[in-house]
Amino acid sequence: MGLQVQLVKKVNGFTLDVEWAIENQSAVLFGFSGAGKTMTLQLLAGLITPDVGRIVLDGACYFDHVKGINLPPQQRAFGYVFQDLALFPHMRVLKNILYGTTDLSKQANLEKARAMIHTFKLDGLESRYPHEISGGQKQRVALARALMRQPHALLLDEPFSALDRPLRHEMRNYLLTIKDLFKIPIILVTHDIDEASSIADTLIIYDHGRIVQTGSPQQLRSQPVNTVVSRLLSVY
Amino acid sequence: MDESIVFSITLSLRVAIVSTLLILVVGIPTAYFLARRDFRGREILDVVLTLPLVLPPTVTGYYLIVIFGRNGLLGHYLYDWIGLSITFTWYAAVLASFVVALPLMIKTARAAIESVDKNLINASYTLGHSEWHTATQVVLPLARRGIVAGTILSFARALGEFGATLMIAGNLPGKTDTMPIAIYNLASDGDWSRVHLMVLLLTLMSGVFLYAANRYSRRLL
Repeated sequence: MGLQVQLVKKVNGFTLDVEWAIENQSAVLFGFSGAGKTMTLQLLAGLITPDVGRIVLDGACYFDHVKGINLPPQQRAFGYVFQDLALFPHMRVLKNILYGTTDLSKQANLEKARAMIHTFKLDGLESRYPHEISGGQKQRVALARALMRQPHALLLDEPFSALDRPLRHEMRNYLLTIKDLFKIPIILVTHDIDEASSIADTLIIYDHGRIVQTGSPQQLRSQPVNTVVSRLLSVY
Repeated sequence: MDESIVFSITLSLRVAIVSTLLILVVGIPTAYFLARRDFRGREILDVVLTLPLVLPPTVTGYYLIVIFGRNGLLGHYLYDWIGLSITFTWYAAVLASFVVALPLMIKTARAAIESVDKNLINASYTLGHSEWHTATQVVLPLARRGIVAGTILSFARALGEFGATLMIAGNLPGKTDTMPIAIYNLASDGDWSRVHLMVLLLTLMSGVFLYAANRYSRRLL
């Protein structure tokens, strides 16, 4: 179970070539900009297609270039929170959250959405538009929407980068809640070492499209494999 | 107002309304595919559909005759199978208005659809929604101001269509004389008092539609 990933993708002179696996834990993809972290999430979600590789989530194969398997994004059980959150500007908060599910009856969906609204403390904001709520509230709407279809893993692309420090701290607590409540792997892309260390069970260090080191934050701090890792862990 | 003026106004409105409905049905899917799909010949299709915007209306009319005339490439099938010849009927006026006004819809709608944030579309896909659902619930609603502006522009253009209509629908008083054609006829006859009236009406109507298009596209910007 968990998530097994092997990906090779060449675009415009950049080559991503990574392989990693996690169980039901949180992994942080960490590295300088342009290292291929966001691209990894897009490849996992099926928004772009790898040249070579294999993606298996909870035993279900989403991509395998050998077997010719390539499921569309709709059929992959990932919840994806985009860097800019991608809330639908023409839908109210409740409708944005309801949009996250396709399968249940109207009544069941509504109940589920209400439960999400409660979990993420969005009560009273149901009929607001995204531009009428705060940055932190938008993050929570995006998380609630991504969790509506009960994904088997959650992909987060620097969702907190636009927030100020106290809010970031609050959002980290939400992530810990999600971990407890939904018990799914969380894959987070970030630049922020504090965020990375506080959330990650496993840090996966990216550099120029490759993985330089993988391990717990403590391990990496005490035994960085090279200067890139030590620079990343200290500079940021 | 006398009967012939009323007839021309009614005919013009009928032609403009029917051709605008056709433009909505054809133009929105076409704009969507041009904006969202990368297929061979995409830009060529765009050029062909946009040509009527820049060609002299007589040239567009010529092509319409070659294609839809009784002996035309498609027209002779229509005539052989169902005995329909559209030349010199109000259908031909609809066809001319449709072809000439369609590019205004496609240009504005395509630009509006292309400007919809790709991440919103990706988000919809990752939330399990099909392309059709995403198009109707996310893309088109967010591109609506461009689509509405395109619709109004097309309608105003259809209302003012003259050259291509004259070529394929002819100049048959009481049958195909839309307002622009009636104005041409009245001016040729030196009937200036009626020309003044028709010109004033047409200018007012077109002005109101353009104002509405501007207002609407700005309000939603």
